[in-house]
This record gives sequence, structure tokens and C-alpha cells, in this order.
Amino acid sequence: MRSFPAEIVMEAVANGLLTGAVYGLVALGLTLVYGVLHIINFAHGALLTLAMYAAWVCWAAFGLDPYVAILPLVPLFFVLGYAVQRLVIGPASGGNDQNILLVTLGLSIVLENAMLAIFRSDTLSVQVDYAMEVIEAGPMLLSFPRVVGFGVAFVVAAVLFVLLRMTDTGRAIRAVAKERTGAALVGIDVGHVYAVTFGIGTACLAVAACLLLPSFYVNPRVGNAFVLVAFTIVVLGGMGSVPGALLGGLVIGVVESLSGLYLGDSLGQLGIFVIFILVLLFKPTGLFGARA
Amino acid sequence: MTARDVWPILLFGAIAALLPLFVTAGTLLNFAIFTLILCLAAQGWNILGGFGGQYSFGHAAFFGTGAYAAAVLQVRYGVNPYITFLAGIALAALVGWVIGFLSFRSGLRGSYFALVTLAFAEVFRVLANAASFTGGAAGLLIPLDQRPANFQFESRGWFYLVVLALVVVALLLTRALERSRLGAQLVAVRENEEAARAVGVDALRVKLSAITLSAAMTGAAGGLYAQYFLYLDSTIAYGTWISVEALLAPIIGGAGTVFGPVIGAVILHTLAELTRMMVGRIPGIDLVIFGVLLILVVRYPPRHLLRFLRWRR
Repeated sequence: MRSFPAEIVMEAVANGLLTGAVYGLVALGLTLVYGVLHIINFAHGALLTLAMYAAWVCWAAFGLDPYVAILPLVPLFFVLGYAVQRLVIGPASGGNDQNILLVTLGLSIVLENAMLAIFRSDTLSVQVDYAMEVIEAGPMLLSFPRVVGFGVAFVVAAVLFVLLRMTDTGRAIRAVAKERTGAALVGIDVGHVYAVTFGIGTACLAVAACLLLPSFYVNPRVGNAFVLVAFTIVVLGGMGSVPGALLGGLVIGVVESLSGLYLGDSLGQLGIFVIFILVLLFKPTGLFGARA
Repeated sequence: MTARDVWPILLFGAIAALLPLFVTAGTLLNFAIFTLILCLAAQGWNILGGFGGQYSFGHAAFFGTGAYAAAVLQVRYGVNPYITFLAGIALAALVGWVIGFLSFRSGLRGSYFALVTLAFAEVFRVLANAASFTGGAAGLLIPLDQRPANFQFESRGWFYLVVLALVVVALLLTRALERSRLGAQLVAVRENEEAARAVGVDALRVKLSAITLSAAMTGAAGGLYAQYFLYLDSTIAYGTWISVEALLAPIIGGAGTVFGPVIGAVILHTLAELTRMMVGRIPGIDLVIFGVLLILVVRYPPRHLLRFLRWRR
């Protein structure tokens, strides 16, 4: 094991925290959908890729700054998510766990390869003048887009928290999450709530995509890298827990950053997968295998 | 197993064996060999997923292990390819048993089992990409040496027959499993694990047997792939593509049936070829169609087709 000076390790931890917040945002959408619909959405990564391409197109075609693109893309992706749940996943699943698994997998295959057919496998990125800017924080240099991503991720989480706690829609969502049949009996339109939840999850991805784009690249498979990370976070933070997703995101961000530092780039992701497998295997059975 | 169980499989084998007599075009035989290799990988998935109801999203872990074992042992250590092929099957079975032991003992089912298999496959991919004895990111080339003693044939027709023979063996094994006590217990676990346990089925043992057999079959497909294309890298061997292919074929052709994976693989690859002919080589377009087909099959289960086939029998 190599040893590094304390500043470098600190910087790696700080950068890990910054990236981790955006990971947390990606995981937020996943965990919300899981908590309410009790489905694991395998199309989450492909939807993130789609959002990143959308943000890229906004920049390339209309000259829209990725941070400004959040404004049109959030409603757009909310509607998209709503429609996908209402028109594709809902009807096809028939309430069967394995069917949902397959439908969301099919959806991810379609989206990912449609983007491959349209944009080819070239890696695209946006050129904005602040991409390389750094902020000095004591001895550390922090990348400006990552600091912005960190801040916005927390704002989104706060908005979501307020939405779930204080609004009627939020109450309906929590009711359905807790007791679907009961919610339906008191007059809540469960299908609508499902679709709204899915829409919110997809809208989170639109924000995450716009935050990632200035410092990241996009290609048809980019979502895969994030989705396994997001699954890990969701499992680590507790399926369906909003604060858990954010906290898990920070932890995973630091783990990735440190294992990248110590093990090198090619093995850096290994730390995440190992945590993922260990958590899946050794958390009590009741929490995980209970729902078949 | 009765004669009625066996003859459709042998008939299929006999008819398919005639193909090289009529077809000499390299591209078509290539297509047929590739499709048969996928049939084998898919039949592996079908045993665990179709009969056992445990949906794996990471059969690449077994395919890649079979492939890399076959390639690494002969390239690095000069072992005879037939032996490395068998070693690959054994190693894939071992990997299957270990993954099965870890996840089934922890009670993982449904989506969680799918997730953990996916993660295992990714771990293998990252490791194979970083290790030096697998050739790392550059991949591994098996030297061309076309002698039958070397498991390489000058004519594609011979390789086709070898792969076909293995597919027939896999079909017979699956039929035997279906008719065996283990097969019945496996289906019982799929339908209702608690109920199966309650009548005394050792669910863990049954699922472990299934994943081991399943992994061995998919590992054999990996070994054949390496032996035919003579090149491997981590995204071929452990990539998500093979996990998806292994799952799609049985689902589309009929999961939990003996011929389902074969029918599915043939449908999928014929469709893919036809699309390529019609719209040209646009990357990914065939998979878009696979994905749409998958959603449609789940949305509208083709029970009518199956009922028709059953009536004909």
C-alpha cells in the first residue's frame, strides 16, 4: 500500500464527498421509486444517460448552459417518468416482481441502444469556461462544478423532503408507500401516485445529469457506471430512505475516491462492488430477502 | 425419461446436423454457430431462472469464467484445449456454487438476487480487465493452429457439429432434470418456496444444484466462444451483453421449457440479422428490437403460441 501526504488524502476525501452528493442524488430517485412502488428500476441508469444526452443537446443545439438546462429538463423528465410508469411499466408488470424486473431491463436495453444508434459510441462533453475552475479551501483545491453539484444536490434533497412532509401529494405518496390498499380505500389514486413518484425519481436524474455534465462526459453506457453505484448506495442507506440515500452517497463517494487513490483507476470501482456484495449478503435476511 | 421425451431432441439434432450439407457460406455457418453457443448459454440460464425461478442478471460471471479458463490455460500453460474446455466448465460450476452458496444462504431472492449476480459479474469484469494473466485490457489471443487435436477445425462445419452435439447434450440434460425428482423440487421452490420447505424440500440444496448445473452449461458456452473466435477481452467475457442474451432467449422462447432457449435464441438472432439487412449496420439497433420484444413478451405473454404447440404434440 502506498502512502500519501495528508493533504492529498484530505483532498481525495473532500472530492469524494463532493462527487458523493451527486451520487446521492442519483440514488435518491432510485430509493424513492423503491420505497413507494417496491420495484427495483433497472432502467434508472439508462434514464440518467438519456438526461445527460438531453443536457448535452441543450448545450450543443441551443447554447444552453447545463446549469440553466435544469429548468426545462426537470419538468420534461418528470413528464417522461410519469408517462413511462403509466404507459409501459405499470401495465406490463401486472404487479409481478419478476415482470417489473424484466420490463425495466427491457426499457434500459431500448434506451441505451437507441442512444447508441443515434449518437454512436463517441464520448461527448460540453465546453464551459468554469469546467476547470477550482476553489481554494485551505490547503485543498476543489473543482468548481463539483462544489456546485454538492450544493444543488442538498437543495434538491431538502426540497424533496419538504415536498414529502408538507404537501398533500407528499402525504399521498407516503400513504401509498406504507399501505397501498388502505390508501386506495380512502380514495387515493394509487396508479397516479406511482406515476408521480416515478416522475419525481426521473426528475432527480435530470438534475443530476445537468450537475454532472460540466465535469463529466457522456456516452451511451455512462449510466451503467452510475447505476451500480446508485444501487450500492440505496442498499447501504436502506431501501426507500431519503436521508439514507444522501448519506450513503457521501460514504460511497469517499470510498471510491480513496480506493481510486490507493488501488489505481482500473481497480478503483472494485471497492464499491465489494461493499455492495457484502452489504447485500450480510444484512439480515428480514430486511432483504423478505420480499420475493 | 421415456422415448417420448427424448425423440424430439434427437430429431432436432439430426435435422440441424444436416445444415452443413446444404450451407457452405461462411457467414451463415458463422451465424448458426454463434446462435448455438448462445442457445447453450441460455439453456444454462433457463435451468436456474426458468425452472428454479431465480432470475440472474449476471450469467456473464459463468460465461466469462468458462471462456477465460479455456483461453488462459492453453495460452499461458500450454494445456490441451479439450482439457482446458472441461476445466472451464468445472471452474464455472465452482463459481456458480460459491455465488449460489453466498447469496441463497443469505436468503436473497427476486430483485436482490438479480442485483447481487450483476455485481459479481462486474467484479469479475473489473478484475479480468486489471489482471495481467488475462491479458488485461488488450485481451487474450489464442494462436491459430487448425488441427482437430487442438480443438480448432479447418472447416466451420466441424465446429458447428461439435457445438450442436453439446447443445443436444444440454437439451437432454435439461429434459432429464425436468423429469427428475430434483427438477420437480426446483419447480416447487419456484412456485412457492415456503410451501416447498414445508413439505420437506431442502430449498438451499435444490437451488445450489440448479445454479451449479446452470453455471456449468453457461461456462461451456463461454469455452466454446473462446475456442471459436480465438479472442477474448473482459467486456466480451464478463460484459453485460451475455448476461442479457442468456436471459432474453429463454424468456422470449418460453422460460422453464426444454426448447424455450433454443426457440428464443433462434428468434432473436434471426430478427437481429434481418434488421441488419434492412437498415444496415447501425450499432445497437438490433438490441433496441430485443428490448421492445422483451417488454412486449412480458406485457402479452405468448401463452396462445405455447397452447398451440402443446396441442400439436
